[in-house]
Parts: sequence; structure tokens; C-alpha cells
Amino acid sequence: MILNLTVLLLFQLSGEVLARALALPLPGPVIGMALLLGLLLARPAVADRLRETASALLAHLSLLFVPAGVGIVGHLGLLEQAGAAILIALAGSTVAAIAVGAAVFVGVARLTGRADD
Amino acid sequence: MTEFAEIWSYLAQEPLLWLTATLAAYAVADAIFRAAGRRPLVNPVLIAVLLLALLLGATGTPYGTYFEGAQFVHFMLGPATVALALPLHANLARVRQSALPLLAALLAGSLTAIFTALGIGWALGLDQSTLLSLAPKSATAPVALGISENIGGSPTLTAVLVILTGIIGAITATPLLNLLRIRDWRARGFAVGVAAHGIGTARAFQVNETAGAFAGIGMGLNALLTAILVPLIVGGIF
Repeated sequence: MILNLTVLLLFQLSGEVLARALALPLPGPVIGMALLLGLLLARPAVADRLRETASALLAHLSLLFVPAGVGIVGHLGLLEQAGAAILIALAGSTVAAIAVGAAVFVGVARLTGRADD
Repeated sequence: MTEFAEIWSYLAQEPLLWLTATLAAYAVADAIFRAAGRRPLVNPVLIAVLLLALLLGATGTPYGTYFEGAQFVHFMLGPATVALALPLHANLARVRQSALPLLAALLAGSLTAIFTALGIGWALGLDQSTLLSLAPKSATAPVALGISENIGGSPTLTAVLVILTGIIGAITATPLLNLLRIRDWRARGFAVGVAAHGIGTARAFQVNETAGAFAGIGMGLNALLTAILVPLIVGGIF
């Protein structure tokens, strides 16, 4: 468990260092994910070691967004004044993006003969 | 016996109280979510945020004080993002197999998310600073904050808009995709990850493992694409 968390943190750290050193537009953790994927491809046995820790973290992914979400208390003034417009823009845009993304995926999968089994 | 006010003034300065409150609020929210049969509308993030916002309001605690404690939870977003490599690795054969639909859906979903947010917001009269904060809202929180700062939006407002987007995506995805009769778990997960980042991904994992893995990929790829597209689009409009 401790070793596994250390591995995850080391990859995040490498990602942060790379992002800054190369001025990449990506956040460190996303680069860390790509680097870890590279290691898993080279050494598939590592995946078996990390699986339990990763599942435990990902099972409660929702919890990790709560602190940032509570930041809403700092914007109550704007929400009071323009909350309806913001919510309509967010809901309209999110629903449209999910619908378009999923429809394009299914459409292209059919065209290229890669529909799921 | 020590005065309650004294105990409170001690607790209010320590990270322990708000760290505990964050976990407790989430435990309550998750229990409600399970009791409601995991219905998407009873979103655990939404309930936990509401409980904590009410608690901060009732105790007159500023967000900065709250975050001193909650930052330990917030910090775990980093290692959790790295851990997404595992489901991605487990599904890699299917990812390779669906590279074309995946890239097409990424581009379509990302562009739709940015243009519809700006378009609807502009039509409803939102000011420029709010529009700029809104543009990167489908990217995962740390990326969206960086973009917002670079283009002159408000990063803290963007953080809230990102979370709200995730919650809306998590609530609407299942009924919306059922309505559209899209049954392919890859397409369902991927579209939700692109449009609603980590909260959408968390929701996808609750529904189906393949959908969750594809949502994680959608989130990662859209973080990259949004970081490239939003400055270009915003630079062309404003």
C-alpha cells in the first residue's frame, strides 16, 4: 500500500517536473498517467501490484472533487445575479457535448466497421 | 470545564475539523446516494458540497479556512489521476481498436462543449469575465484553472463551473444516452469523460467498468485538447 502510493506520487512528481521543464500545456498528473501507462506496457506485472491501491483511489473519485466544489460559497453574489443563465449555459453545453460525442463515436465506429461486440 | 467558544476557536484553526467534516459530509452523501438506489439525480458530490456550504455559512467560516483542512482530500486528485493509467491499460486493446471513433468523438465533443457554452452564455447576456471562466469548463479541474488564468478568466469561478459541469454530466448522462438509444459502453463512457471530466468518469465507473475506462481516456485527451483549443477560440472571438 505505502509502496504503491509512493509509485503513484513518483509518477505525479515526474509529470509535474516534465510539465514545467518543457512548458507543456498539460497538468503534471495527466503526464504522470501517460508515463505510468508506458511503464505498464513495458512491465505488465506492475499492474497486478498497483491494482488494489488504484481501485481504492478510483472507487471514491467523487470525494476528491468536494473541496473545490465548496468554493461555490465564494461566488454566491454572481450566482444570485446570473445563476440561471450560468446553469442554462452549463446544462445546455454539457448535454449537447455528451450527445454529440457519443453519437459521433457510434457513427464513426459503424463507418469503420469497429462497432462493439 | 472549558468554554465551548475556546474549544471552537482551537478547532476552527486546525485542519482536522474541516478534513473530518469533508469526509463526514461525503459519507452522509454517499449513504443517501445508496439509499436512493444510486439514482444519478442524488449525486454524492452535489449533496456533500451543499452540506458543507450550509455548514460554512452557519458557522461563518471563510472558504480559505475550510480549504486548509480540505486540501488533503483535494491533493489526492493528483495520485488518483495517475492511477487512471490502470483501467486504461486494462482496456488498451479496445482503445487501440477504436482509435478512429475515439478521435472523432473527442474533437466533436470538445468543440461542442466550448462553442455551446460560449454561445448560450453570450445569448443570455453573461459578461466577458464569466464567459472566459466558462470556456474551459469541460476540462478536468487543474487544467481548466490554468487555462482560465491564462485567458483572463477567474480561476476560482472556473473551479466551481467545472464541478457543476461534472455534476450535470453525471446526472444527465444515463437518461440522455438511454433516450438516444446509444448502448455502446465505449461511446457512452468516452463522451461523458470528454464533456464532464472526473466527476463524469466517477459516475461512469459506478455504471460500467468499460465505460469508466473510456471516460478516463476521454477526460485525459480532452484536458490536452481544451488546453490547445480554448486559447485559440477565445483569441479569435474576444
